[in-house]
Amino acid sequence: MDLYQQNILDHYKNPRHHGLLPNATGRGEASNLACGDAVNFQVKLAKDKITAIAWSGQGCVLSQAAASLLAENVIGKKREMVSKYNNETMIKLLEITPGPNRLRCALLSLDALKKALQICG
Amino acid sequence: MLDNSRDLFPIFSAGAGKNLAYLDNAASTQKPTVVLEQMDKFYRTSYANVHRGLYKLAENATTEYEAAREIVRKFINAKKDSEIIFTRNTNASLNLVAQSYCQQLAPGDEILLTEMEHHANLVPWQQMAQRYKLKVRYLPITTEGRLDEKKYDDYFNSRTRVVSLTAMSNVLGTVPVLEPLIARAKAARSRVIIDAAQAVAHFPVDVQKLGIDALAFSGHKIFGPTGIGVLYGQEEFLNAIPPFEYGSNMIDQVTYEAATWSPLPTKFEAGTPPIAEVIGLGAALEFIKRLGWPVICQHEADLTAYGLSVLLKVKSLKIIGPHTPENRGPIFAFTVDGVHPHDLASVLDSVEVAVRSGHHCALPLHSKFGLTASTRASFTIYNTKQEIDRLVEGIKQTQKLFS
Repeated sequence: MDLYQQNILDHYKNPRHHGLLPNATGRGEASNLACGDAVNFQVKLAKDKITAIAWSGQGCVLSQAAASLLAENVIGKKREMVSKYNNETMIKLLEITPGPNRLRCALLSLDALKKALQICG
Repeated sequence: MLDNSRDLFPIFSAGAGKNLAYLDNAASTQKPTVVLEQMDKFYRTSYANVHRGLYKLAENATTEYEAAREIVRKFINAKKDSEIIFTRNTNASLNLVAQSYCQQLAPGDEILLTEMEHHANLVPWQQMAQRYKLKVRYLPITTEGRLDEKKYDDYFNSRTRVVSLTAMSNVLGTVPVLEPLIARAKAARSRVIIDAAQAVAHFPVDVQKLGIDALAFSGHKIFGPTGIGVLYGQEEFLNAIPPFEYGSNMIDQVTYEAATWSPLPTKFEAGTPPIAEVIGLGAALEFIKRLGWPVICQHEADLTAYGLSVLLKVKSLKIIGPHTPENRGPIFAFTVDGVHPHDLASVLDSVEVAVRSGHHCALPLHSKFGLTASTRASFTIYNTKQEIDRLVEGIKQTQKLFS
């Protein structure tokens, strides 16, 4: 049951940075119509640095744990650095390699975060 | 009697599925050795294009191809071989009917579907309705997932031109009683089209007895290869509608200015057909015939009854679809409170139980039940009660993991 190792279940059950950020400078949302998973990221940037972050969403364990792990990872980082994040980054963060169909669940949060940071692609 | 039928499928006896409880048969079934061998043999010993060459090899290939058409005819009891059209799959068969037939309709004419249709029997009609200003109406279903018979009379009128419905829901498992609908359609002078993609793998279908205009199914859901589908069309109906795809094979005369069409079935078989796949489909239908419908139906009735009895006992599990075994088959879509269908499917996969999660190509039906996705376990001849137990055990493990 690799996909559901302890760190992932922990982030799912106790999500970090979960909630709303009233004075956010950027917001981004991504959803997967096929399963109804959705993640919404809100960020606050100061001098191109992520100084505050919050997310909300609904969906499977992978999609929600990935959002929590990602939020925890990027806080304090430069926007430019996060813009380089890709599939590999998410796999490293999760410490698992989901199959191609499940990888989409994990990538949802990166998509939403990039939208919030106004990074295209 | 089907206890050892797993041995007839190499993926289970020798392949990657040795210990797998394969419960995604509504999506596609595995292939028995006889189908694989027949296709392999055809390519090795008899392959040539059909209907063209005058040499022996081509004539033998044509004979084998047409023999498969006869097998299909017998399988659904069509009157003539020429009423069997080979297509790519159910989706292509339904597009053929929808696109060819709807262009003969007038604005305001009505297409009657049901709320439980697969996208393949919904989107083509919806598109034709937009193109030709037709109206699509949906026969409602009850909360249990059966057609609401009390409402039937409200949905037929003088503008009803076609009723197209599934003979077995790929989500709910419901097997609608077709006769009362066909009788109403006839009284309204409406055509009747049946989506039999699921049905043909679970019980015998007799197109003459039903008295329908057309019926569609796929090879790959009935132990045959992918890339081959069937459209049965009653002769008068197929002659009354225009061709769907134009080009080679389907013509009679061609000049630089115009063309005329070949008689049935060739009128609807443009281009080189999937010859080996047709032969594979023939082998699959013969395979079913040898097993015998009484044995298959009994086995599946047992699985349906057992599946319902044990799944309904699982805490927080809700079956979407009838909770009683009459007029329903062994397809169970369900939700489990607090567990996302993706997670359930992934955990089940880790214990070698393959199920589907998602909307199963029936988004409107899921929306109607207030869902975005569900988990589906669908059974066939090679499945066993022990596999249902493994499914239930896996669900309970998942609940424990996420609690």
